[in-house]
Amino acid sequence: MKSKTIFKAIDIVLLLAAFGVAIAVDLVMPVGLPATVLKKGAVFAVVAVSMNLLNGFTGLFSLGQAGFMLLGAYTYAIFSIPLEARASVYYMQDHVAGFLNVVELPVVVAMIAAGAVAAIFAFLIGLPVLRLKSDYLAIATLGFAEIVGAFAKWEMLGPITNAPNPLVNYPKFSKVTTYFVAAGICIAIIALLVRSTYGRAFKAIRDDEIAAEAMGINLAKHKMISFVTSSFFAGVGGAMLAMFQSKAQANSFNTALTYEILLIVVIGGIGSLSGSVIASFLYIACSEWWLRFLDTPDVIPGLTRNGFRLVVFSAVIMVIVLFFRRGLMGDKEFSTERLVKGSKQFVKDIQDRKARKAKEVN
Amino acid sequence: MHNLLKLENITMQFGGVVAVNNLSLEVNEGEIVSLIGPNGAGKTTAFNVVTGVYEPTNGCVSFEGKAIVESYPRGKMRKTYAGENRGAYHKRIVKTPDKITKLGIARTFQNIRLFKSMTVLENVLVAMHMRRKSNLFTATFMLNRKEEKEMRRKATELLDKVGLLDVKDELATSLPYGKQRRLEIARALATEPKLLLLDEPAAGMNPQETDELTAFIREIRDEFGLTIFMIEHHMNLVMDISDRIYVIDFGKLIASGVPAEIQNNEVVIKAYLGVSEDE
Amino acid sequence: MNITIDHILAGISVGGQYALIAIGYTMVYGILRLINFAHGDVFMASGLIIVYLTTAMPLQYAIPIVLLLTVMLGFLIERAAYKPLRAAPRMSVMISAIGVSYLIQNLALYITGGLPQTYPAIPWISDSITIFGAVTKRVTIITPILTAILIVLLVALIRYTKIGMAMRAVSKDFETSQLMGIKINRVISTTFVIGSLLAAVGSLLYFTSYQSVVPTSGSMPGLKAFVAAVFGGIGSIPGAVIGAFIIGICENLIKSSTDFSIFSDAFTFALLIVVLCVRPTGLFGEKSIDKV
Repeated sequence: MKSKTIFKAIDIVLLLAAFGVAIAVDLVMPVGLPATVLKKGAVFAVVAVSMNLLNGFTGLFSLGQAGFMLLGAYTYAIFSIPLEARASVYYMQDHVAGFLNVVELPVVVAMIAAGAVAAIFAFLIGLPVLRLKSDYLAIATLGFAEIVGAFAKWEMLGPITNAPNPLVNYPKFSKVTTYFVAAGICIAIIALLVRSTYGRAFKAIRDDEIAAEAMGINLAKHKMISFVTSSFFAGVGGAMLAMFQSKAQANSFNTALTYEILLIVVIGGIGSLSGSVIASFLYIACSEWWLRFLDTPDVIPGLTRNGFRLVVFSAVIMVIVLFFRRGLMGDKEFSTERLVKGSKQFVKDIQDRKARKAKEVN
Repeated sequence: MHNLLKLENITMQFGGVVAVNNLSLEVNEGEIVSLIGPNGAGKTTAFNVVTGVYEPTNGCVSFEGKAIVESYPRGKMRKTYAGENRGAYHKRIVKTPDKITKLGIARTFQNIRLFKSMTVLENVLVAMHMRRKSNLFTATFMLNRKEEKEMRRKATELLDKVGLLDVKDELATSLPYGKQRRLEIARALATEPKLLLLDEPAAGMNPQETDELTAFIREIRDEFGLTIFMIEHHMNLVMDISDRIYVIDFGKLIASGVPAEIQNNEVVIKAYLGVSEDE
Repeated sequence: MNITIDHILAGISVGGQYALIAIGYTMVYGILRLINFAHGDVFMASGLIIVYLTTAMPLQYAIPIVLLLTVMLGFLIERAAYKPLRAAPRMSVMISAIGVSYLIQNLALYITGGLPQTYPAIPWISDSITIFGAVTKRVTIITPILTAILIVLLVALIRYTKIGMAMRAVSKDFETSQLMGIKINRVISTTFVIGSLLAAVGSLLYFTSYQSVVPTSGSMPGLKAFVAAVFGGIGSIPGAVIGAFIIGICENLIKSSTDFSIFSDAFTFALLIVVLCVRPTGLFGEKSIDKV
C-alpha cells in the first residue's frame, strides 16, 4: 500500500517535470528545435487525445479531425486578428464582412469560440452520420472534412474566410509553457471525462453497442457527447496549430493531417490517453528533429534525400500496425508503478527463459 | 395479481419468414414464467421485440398496463404481410432498447455480452449510469463524488449478493463461464428492473451449476421483488422453477399452463420429439 | 452551349475512369468489408510506373508491363498488409489500409522528388478529335466504350466461371464459404488482381487526359470512386458503374460554373452523406439485419 503512494508521487513529479522542461526551454533556448518540437508536440497531443476519445474510447472510427481543426483554426484567426490589422490581412477581398469591423475577441475567448464552432458543426453533422456503421462513418466524416475545406476556400465567403488566402497576424502563444498549460488543461478535461461515469458508458458502447443499449445507455446521445467533445478539443487544437504555424490556410488542414494524427494515436495505443501524448511528442521530435538528417542529401550516400524521412516513417508505422498492434501503451495508461512492475516482469521473463534454456542444455 | 407484461398478437416477419406468429401472452407480477420451444421457434425474437431491438411487424406489447411497443404492417410489409390480425393495430409506438430498460425491463443475453475491456465492477457500474443524477459537467469535474461513491457501494453490495465480490477487479471476460452468467444477471439487476428477462441462463451449465442457478433465481426474485420471464432449454430447471410456461413452435403459441399441464401435453411432446411419418 | 457538351463529354469520360477504379473498391468491400484506402494509390503508382518505363522502352512494351506490375502491387499489398490481419478487428485493417496509402504516397514523393511527372502521350488515343462541335481527345470517346467492354467481361467472369461463383459465395457469407471448402485466400487474391488490373487500365485513360502524375494524384479519384461504389450500393458492380458515371458528369457540370467550381470535389462527399443517410444500402445494395 505504501509503495503505491510513492509511485503516485513519482507520477506527479514526472508530470511536473514535463512542465519544468517547458519552463527551462523558455528560459534557456526560447528559439530553436527543442522549443519547436515541444510546442508542436503539445498541439498534436491535444488533437491526438481528442481523436482517441472518439476512436479509442467510444469506438467511433471518425476521420473528420482535420475538418474540425480547420473550423477551429479559422474561427480563432478570424475573431482574434486585431481590428486595425484586418484590412491588411483581407487586402485581397473587396470588402470584409460587417461584424469583422467590430468584433475582436481576446485570445482565450477566441480559443473557446474555436472549440464551440467546431462542436456546433459536429453536432449538426453528427445527427445524420453517427447512425452509420464503422467504415461508413469513417468515409462520411472524411467527406465532411473535404466539404469544410471547400467552403473555406470559396470566393463567396471571402469576406469572412479570406477565401484561399491565408489568415495571418493574429495573436500567438510565444512560450512553450503557454502551449503546455493550454494543452494540459484540454487533456486533463478529456482524461476526467474518460474516468467519469460517462467515460464508462463510452467504453461500454465501444465494447458492445447492443449490450450497452440494453443497459439503458442512450446510444445516440452518448455517441453525440463523445463526438461533440472530441470535436470541441479538435477545434481548440486547430486554433493552437494555427498559432504554431503563424498562418491559417485551408490547404494545410487536409486528409493527410487526419491520417498523421490517426497514426500517432495508433503508435501510442488506441484507448490510451497517455500513449497518445507520449506518441505525439515522439512523433514530432522524430519528424522535426531526430530524423531530419534522413532528408539531408547523401548522409547515407545515394539513399538520403528529400522525402526519405517520410518513407522511413511510413515503413515504421506499417511495422507497428502489423506487428505491434497495441502500440506503445495498448489501452493502459502510463504510471510509474506499471513501468516498474512491467520492467521487473520483463527481467524475470528473460531470467526464466535463460534458466529454462540452461536446463534444456543440461 | 395483475399482469406486468402483456404481448398481444405479436407477429415478427423478416422478408418472407414469419419468426413470431400472432403471439399473445401475459406475465403477472411476482411470477416466474418460462418461454420454451425447439431451437429456432422464435423465442429470442420475442425477447427482442419486448426489449425494443426489433420493431414487430404487427401487434402490441404493454408493460404495467401501458403500451410500450406497437406497430402494424407498413411499407413493403403491407403487401407481403403473412401474419394474422391485420388491421387490428393502427398506432405506431417505437422505443429504443435503452428507453425500455429505463421503464424497468432488464435482460441478459443468450450468448453472453459482457463489456470485455472492463472489470467486473465496471460492468455493473455501467448499468447504473442510466439512473444517475449527475450531468456531463458535474460528472466530468468530479462534483458528483457522493453519487459516484454511492454507485460503487451499491455495485459492490450487488456483487456481494451474487457472490462475485472476490473477483470484482478482474476483467469480466477472464471469469469462468458460470460466473460470467451471474455477472450478466448482476448487471441487469443494476438497472433496477421490475421485470427481468433471462435468455437461456443455464446454457452450457452442468447439472450442479443448474441447481445452483435455480436457487439463485428464486433468491433474487424474492430479494429484489422481481418478476422473471425466461427462455430456457433445461427442462428440470424450467419445471422446477416456473409458475407458468408458454410453449411456442414455428413462432406460434402451441400450449400454456402450469408445469404439470405442459409435461403431459401431447402437442408439446410432439413439437419436441418430432412426428414421424409412419405414426 | 459548347461548354456544356464539353463538360458532359468530359464527365462521361471521367465517369468511365472512376468506374474502373470503383469496381476494385466494391469487389474488395463485398468480400472483405474493407475500404481499401490504398486502391487510389495503386492507381497513382500505375501512372508513375509507366512514366518511368517509357524512358527505358517503347510504349508497346511498357503498357503490358505496367498492367502486370500494377497487378503485382495490388496482390502484394493484400498479402503483406491485409492477410496478416484477417482475424483482427475491422478498425485495424482499415488503419493498415491507411498506412499502406501513406507509405505508397511517401515512396512516390521520395522517388519523384515531389516534381509532377509528365505522362507520356499515348499515340492515337491522345489525338484530338471533334464531336458535336467540341474539340476533345479521342480517349474521351474510348473510355466509356472500353469501360463497357471490360465490365461485360467482368460480369461474365463473375456469373459463369468457377472463381466467379466462389467470389459470390464469399461475399454472401465469408465463414460458411470457408467451411464449404472455398479457398478463401485465392478468392481474395483474385479480387485484388482484378481490381488492380482495372485500376491500371483506368490509370492509362485518366492520366492521358490529365497529363501529369503527382504522389497525391490517386487519393481524390480513389475517394470519389469509393463514393461511387457506395452510391451504387457497395458490392454491386452495375451500381458502382452507374454511380461513377453520375458522379463524373455532375462533377464536371459543377466545374463549369464559375461560382461553385470549388465544390466539384466537395459535391461528391455531400452526395455520399445524403445517400448514406437516406438510403445506406445505395441504389442497388441489399439490406442486412444484425443478429442479436
